[in-house]
Amino acid sequence: MVDLSELSSRHISEEASRRARRRNASQVRLKVYGLLAIGLAALALVALLWTVVGSALGSVKENYITLSVPVPAAEFAPEGELTRVQAGRAAQAAVRDHMRALFPFADTRAERSQLGDVLSSGASFELAAEVLDNPELLDTDVEFQFVASDVADLYYKGFYGEFIAVPSSTSIRIEPGETESDANIFLQQNVFRNVVEAVQTELTRRADRAADAAALQDNGVRAFERRLATATTDEEREEFQTEITSRTTQRDALLAEEAALREQVDTAGTSDTLDNRMPSVLLKVGGGWIKLTEFQQQTAQGTIIEPVEFGEYQDGDWQILKNTVPEVARKVSDFQAVILEDLREMGVVEDAWNLRFLSSGDSREPELAGIWGAAVGSFWTMIVTFVLAFPIGSLAAMYLEEFAPKNTITDFVEVNINNLAAVPSIVFGLLGLAVILPVMNAIGNDDFRSAPLIGGTVLALMTLPTIIIASRAAIRAVPPSIRDAALGLGASKLQTSFHHVLPLAMPGILTGTIIGMAQALGETAPLLMIGMVAFIVDIPTGVTDSASVLPVQIFRWSDLPERLFSSRTAAAICVLLIFLVIMNALAVFLRKRFERRW
Amino acid sequence: MTALAGFTPYLVMIIGAAFFVVARNKSIQSVSGNLASLHSRPSFHGLLSLLWILIVGFGLYFVMLIVGRWVIDAALLNEIRAADPSLLDIQANLVLSDAKSLAQGNIASRTDELRVAISDRFAEMTFMHRVSILFVPILAGVAVGLWQLSKVAPEWRARNRAERILRGILFTCAVIAVLTTIGIVISLIFETLVFFDNLEWRIDKFLFGTNWTPLAGVSEGRIDPDRVGAVPLFVGTMLITLIAMLVAVPIGLFAAIYLSDFASPRFRAWAKPMLEILAGIPTVVYGFFAATTMAPFFRDLGDVLGLSIASESALAAGVVMGIMIIPFISSLSDDVINAVPQSLRDGSYGLGATRAETIRQVVLPAALPGIVSAVLLGISRAVGETMIVVMAAGQGANLTVNPLEAVTTVTVQIVMLITGDTEAATAAGPAFTLGFTLFCVTLLLNVIALRTVRKYRELYD
Repeated sequence: MVDLSELSSRHISEEASRRARRRNASQVRLKVYGLLAIGLAALALVALLWTVVGSALGSVKENYITLSVPVPAAEFAPEGELTRVQAGRAAQAAVRDHMRALFPFADTRAERSQLGDVLSSGASFELAAEVLDNPELLDTDVEFQFVASDVADLYYKGFYGEFIAVPSSTSIRIEPGETESDANIFLQQNVFRNVVEAVQTELTRRADRAADAAALQDNGVRAFERRLATATTDEEREEFQTEITSRTTQRDALLAEEAALREQVDTAGTSDTLDNRMPSVLLKVGGGWIKLTEFQQQTAQGTIIEPVEFGEYQDGDWQILKNTVPEVARKVSDFQAVILEDLREMGVVEDAWNLRFLSSGDSREPELAGIWGAAVGSFWTMIVTFVLAFPIGSLAAMYLEEFAPKNTITDFVEVNINNLAAVPSIVFGLLGLAVILPVMNAIGNDDFRSAPLIGGTVLALMTLPTIIIASRAAIRAVPPSIRDAALGLGASKLQTSFHHVLPLAMPGILTGTIIGMAQALGETAPLLMIGMVAFIVDIPTGVTDSASVLPVQIFRWSDLPERLFSSRTAAAICVLLIFLVIMNALAVFLRKRFERRW
Repeated sequence: MTALAGFTPYLVMIIGAAFFVVARNKSIQSVSGNLASLHSRPSFHGLLSLLWILIVGFGLYFVMLIVGRWVIDAALLNEIRAADPSLLDIQANLVLSDAKSLAQGNIASRTDELRVAISDRFAEMTFMHRVSILFVPILAGVAVGLWQLSKVAPEWRARNRAERILRGILFTCAVIAVLTTIGIVISLIFETLVFFDNLEWRIDKFLFGTNWTPLAGVSEGRIDPDRVGAVPLFVGTMLITLIAMLVAVPIGLFAAIYLSDFASPRFRAWAKPMLEILAGIPTVVYGFFAATTMAPFFRDLGDVLGLSIASESALAAGVVMGIMIIPFISSLSDDVINAVPQSLRDGSYGLGATRAETIRQVVLPAALPGIVSAVLLGISRAVGETMIVVMAAGQGANLTVNPLEAVTTVTVQIVMLITGDTEAATAAGPAFTLGFTLFCVTLLLNVIALRTVRKYRELYD
């Protein structure tokens, strides 16, 4: 007989409760892992959306510079007739001359070209278009909003750091320097203290780098010394010896450089040089700008960017501005920064909602590039996809569910469709390249590369399995009683299917189609294969025009080096995601509103 | 008038509609309005005529459109050869294309007597072709319509015939999916065979070689078998897939377990859609994320840890690809875990097991085949994924298993070959061969996965 007290002691002993604790702890662990997994997935989603939206915010607004430019009829319409080409050329010249008149101190070739980079290259063409539309503007001064170039736009948005005033309360004296473009500056107090710190950091970094390089050379020296010890031939010995000598000199030079830099760090604040890897310090005084190149405790030397009246200035009449982003790390030079600051002070800079992005086609200039062309291309592509995939998909599903005899052929078709759903999209692109493109070209006797017709057809084939599978599920969900009733009233098989089953299954079929189309809208790889990656400025007007589509546009822009393009890419992603959200919301709505539970 | 040829399809449709009405009315008249004595309803009589006209009209139109051009080209090439037998094939083709552009009023590479003569012939034949594709389909459509109209009678079984045609159309739609597969296989195999023929059938060099620079030196003519070793691509693909699965499988599986056995309905109601959103994001967006956020993040992390991580490291691409695959694993696993009968769980609880023990020792073993197939489908997705790796992985074929270095994948190389500057015919060989390899591997994975799922379903149904 079982001793019950012994059995129950198994369950109330210390060991038992430890066992129970362990088992419960392992359950808690599993739960925590599960929550952690879901949390990680949510984190990834948030990080992704955060990156995209954060980067897209830079494209929400754009900067305009309003200038009043003379439009002489003699230049715009020399023969009394306005033409697009002549007006464009004249507008370019007029804008250029106006900018040079505004900033006469841009006198070297490099400075003039930098001045030309302040306004977008497309801005003067917009002026020309404005004049073409309103010829009465000829021979007047036209007040016009010019789009800022991408670098100017980014500067105003603060992507290249900002020039912040260094606090000071002292008077200053500016005297001519050694050459015409130099100036000497004398101060009552030392105001460079927090500039010194930044200089020290940069010098220390350079010293560290020199030390690293010296250490590498030193390693080399030791490695060659070891090899020299084991070398057998004279030739080798000679070779190694030369290596050792050259590396030793290099190492010593680097060590000396390091020592010099460290000394500069220690003595910083007494006399320092500012080069273009260090923070930019500008002096705004006497109606002009001076860029500091060297400073001691109470004196400084600088280059004049915009002419300055020499003399003595009281506290409050002048400013020292510092930008911690060094000149080499930004696309806007100090010269351009002065121009842009001057423009801002004139009050002609303003920002506006960037509607251009939503309304224009692609461009090589990021500030002019828009998403509309790609959106329309996507629209035409989706039309083709829908026209092909929806009827074919739903009819195929109808055949397989309602008519197909149960035999090996039907089985084969079924297996085939299931496998086709998992074929990588790039393979469909290869099919399009090898078969669909040549066949369509032969039918249309034209080159349809990058036409929505081809892209849409390839995407239709790709989404067909998705639509068929969803449609079959929808048709299967219609109860047999409906079919029996229709057949009982004398309808034929086909009438039953088309008049009764199909309408009842339609919400499900449409939901599947929309989900398939949403997939197709975001698909890129097959379109790359068929060559739908061309640079296309025009808005497509039909399915046979050359077009780009949203995802391909995103791919192309993401590859471009201009910084503003990465913001445009993110904005284009937002547009694509909004379309996808709308499509999926529509699918959910259809399912919720019309789907019947039998 | 020849411009009207483009309107043939519309004219065919109009004729079809007209015959629909005529046949329908004739059937009503044939029984003097007493519809009950008709075998088929009047609209079926009309439908039958319409279907016949559309099939014959459209069929003839497209066949004539394509075949006509071939015929013209062949005839003109024969004339060119007859006129100047010394011309090589390429030269004859050049003469033909020059003649065509002359006929269209464009500039040709050269203008001589032969070209002008051929261009006149071309214009003449094109005119004939246009006229014939305008008239033949329409006349044939009318003829078929009249033929069908003559058959309309009270006992004419129009419905059965129309339905048979409609069924044929339904069948054709279902077969298109099969035709797509056949098209894929044929086009891939064809280019692959041409490529292997170029390699003098050294398939082993492709499968086991370690040097992948297929386009180096192709200008000299043949493709060098020593430069088409695809092992670096295979290893790169496997490395990135492995990283992706290391991210996706644990996260996806634990998420599925939690959602199916622990989560409250409310938690489930927002966690599941969240995972589905992850599945709905286009891959090009993941690519952007990988290239602009993850890659710099890992590089900076490497700097902090003292590791040198390439900015196109396999790690960044793999992790982002893993994030993309999480929802596949989780939703498929969720399905199979839910499909494990409640009776198994109840039995386990009845024996005193905790929920965690039930999951680990009863539910997971029962769901294992389904989970394995979910993982296989995930792998097949990762292997075929293109945009993430094109945007975030490397381009040089670098044979390494170090996840911190840049590797390239099969799909990246296909995209590079096809979108590159090399002449399409040359680049197509290696690209389609890689595509065929990819197709075979994913097909194999899918077949195994689907078969496992099917077997598993049968077990508990």
